[in-house]
Amino acid sequence: MFARIVWLVLRKDFTVEVRSLEIAYTMLFFAVSCVLIFAFALVQEGRAPEGGAAGILWIAIAFAGTLALGRTFERERQSETLRALLLAPAARPAIYVGKLLGIVALLIGAEMILVPLVALLFQAPLLARPGWLAIILVLGTLGFAAVGTLFAAMLVRARSRDVLLPVLLYPITVPVIIAGVRATAALLQPEVDASIIGFWIALLACFDVVFVTLALWTFEPLMTD
Amino acid sequence: MLAMLATLLRPTSGTIRYGTMDPRHHGASLRASIGVLGHDLFLYPELTARENLEFFAGLYSVPDARAAATEALAQAGLAERAGDPVSTFSRGMRQRLALERALIHRPTLLLLDEPFTGLDDAAGSALLARLRALRDSGAIIVLATHDLDLAGDLLDRAIFLRDGRMVDSADRPEGLRALYRKVMSGHSDVGAGPNLDVGAGFSRPGDR
Amino acid sequence: MQKWFTPAAVVCGLMLAVAPLLIAQAPYESTMGLVQKIFYVHLPSAWVFLLSAIVCGVASIRYLSGGNPRHDRTAWAAAELVVLFGAITLITGPLWARKAWGVWWLWDVRLTSSLMGWMVAIAYMLLRKYGGPGSDKLGAGLALFGMANVPFIYISVNYWRTIHPTTNVVPTLPTSFGLPLWFSAVTFLLMFVLLLRLRVGLEEQRARLDALYLVTDE
Repeated sequence: MFARIVWLVLRKDFTVEVRSLEIAYTMLFFAVSCVLIFAFALVQEGRAPEGGAAGILWIAIAFAGTLALGRTFERERQSETLRALLLAPAARPAIYVGKLLGIVALLIGAEMILVPLVALLFQAPLLARPGWLAIILVLGTLGFAAVGTLFAAMLVRARSRDVLLPVLLYPITVPVIIAGVRATAALLQPEVDASIIGFWIALLACFDVVFVTLALWTFEPLMTD
Repeated sequence: MLAMLATLLRPTSGTIRYGTMDPRHHGASLRASIGVLGHDLFLYPELTARENLEFFAGLYSVPDARAAATEALAQAGLAERAGDPVSTFSRGMRQRLALERALIHRPTLLLLDEPFTGLDDAAGSALLARLRALRDSGAIIVLATHDLDLAGDLLDRAIFLRDGRMVDSADRPEGLRALYRKVMSGHSDVGAGPNLDVGAGFSRPGDR
Repeated sequence: MQKWFTPAAVVCGLMLAVAPLLIAQAPYESTMGLVQKIFYVHLPSAWVFLLSAIVCGVASIRYLSGGNPRHDRTAWAAAELVVLFGAITLITGPLWARKAWGVWWLWDVRLTSSLMGWMVAIAYMLLRKYGGPGSDKLGAGLALFGMANVPFIYISVNYWRTIHPTTNVVPTLPTSFGLPLWFSAVTFLLMFVLLLRLRVGLEEQRARLDALYLVTDE
């Protein structure tokens, strides 16, 4: 029942997005520009610094994610369809999870393009250990999106919602971003220390559990006025 | 007020009872019997008419979503446009589709917010006929409107609100316009949180 | 204003006057000298910073589950105090660090997470000010997430190798250090309670005023 609603919402979001691809294209372009701006800003003697890859990758994910979140819920706001979703007898947490998975899928799609780009521009061997990298990216994206989906949904009817989303989101998700960056950076070292990476991955998993649990608890009371 | 009836808002004073059920504890099952047609129509413009109907049918756990959607499309007279995105529809068509969307799970309570805006006479009377039929089949309809020229026999009860407070009510009203003038020139009768009994249409499953 | 307020305020004022004296006559710490004394302000304000965050979080939970506006006012007041005492902590800390460690700031885990916690409180203030109607609930949600950060801040120094002193330093302090510290701590705690009460009272008055306006409007 719960899973059915999640699937329904996810499929609906996917269909809507595929029809216009507006969010996918604009978010992707923005993320790529972000990476390029950083690369240009940090260029010295014609070469981009090599140590910047991990940080810049995650910054681009955070910025692009904020954009995607804002646009996704703006769409729901336009036809008041978020309200329609809340009016249904479907369990509210299920709606939240459906939206969350949609955002995560969108972001992972963007990351598949960002990772090679960053690897190229910063000469970072990001693709050397794809398994580890995939785990880190999925866990980090999930943590970021968990808080982001909740806040973006919360802000749908608030004033100044465009600027408030990053204002609220970034301080809370900084631990996730830091863990993601540290894990990715550890992965890029010539000698990979599995215990360090394991530590950061465990931390990311912890954050994910805490954030998703908190979000599931608070989604219903926050959506009901 | 409609939002409160739809269990989206909590009342600040007074209580709302649905038959024997209390919205705070039975929110989800109550919502399963409530249909809402809001000002914003609640339709996804990028999805086709059929996809919109099937999505909401699924959300409301309607047993056979496809069949329900087909039937609803026929009712709305939109069967040939089933595969077109809602963004290509006119206002009247969207309104018809939105009404079907609100009714697809056969709600017992129907909440309508200004459903007659933007409709021409033919569409307006078609809607009236539909509402009458629904009322006769046992549904409870709560209509919020500024349109005072509605046929008198449609309404069982009229409630006048002013500044968000109930100021008067009349059973089986005749001549709404006259009543309205009388209410607006009189004093407002400010009570604290009237208790609203939304009728015997609701019962716990297993009651009878 | 409640009966206990004025006497408590007087006591607090006296304590604030006495505290510098106590701090002044506490012995000098061996390596850091006079600068170490800022610790008597830094530590209590850090404690109150974390306490405020917890109060804000708890009040937010109660507001979300109950809807009583009193909890919302408490949460807002507590958030303001998080900003205030956080600022004191984040200013006194670096002042000490410059002398003790040689740098103004380090990106170690406690400093970073404290700074982030402080920024969450500022974000809360921005939300309440500019978010329009409904931002009381949204703020409560934000405060919950912010409060989850607090235990992390506190215990983090015990688990990461960091230059910041760990949490088992305080219980082992000799009395000559301990007395001014605890005195300061109580002073700060009293200040916190007084300020909280004052701020909540202000909001209550505002709410009463709004209600009166509404009545006269009709």
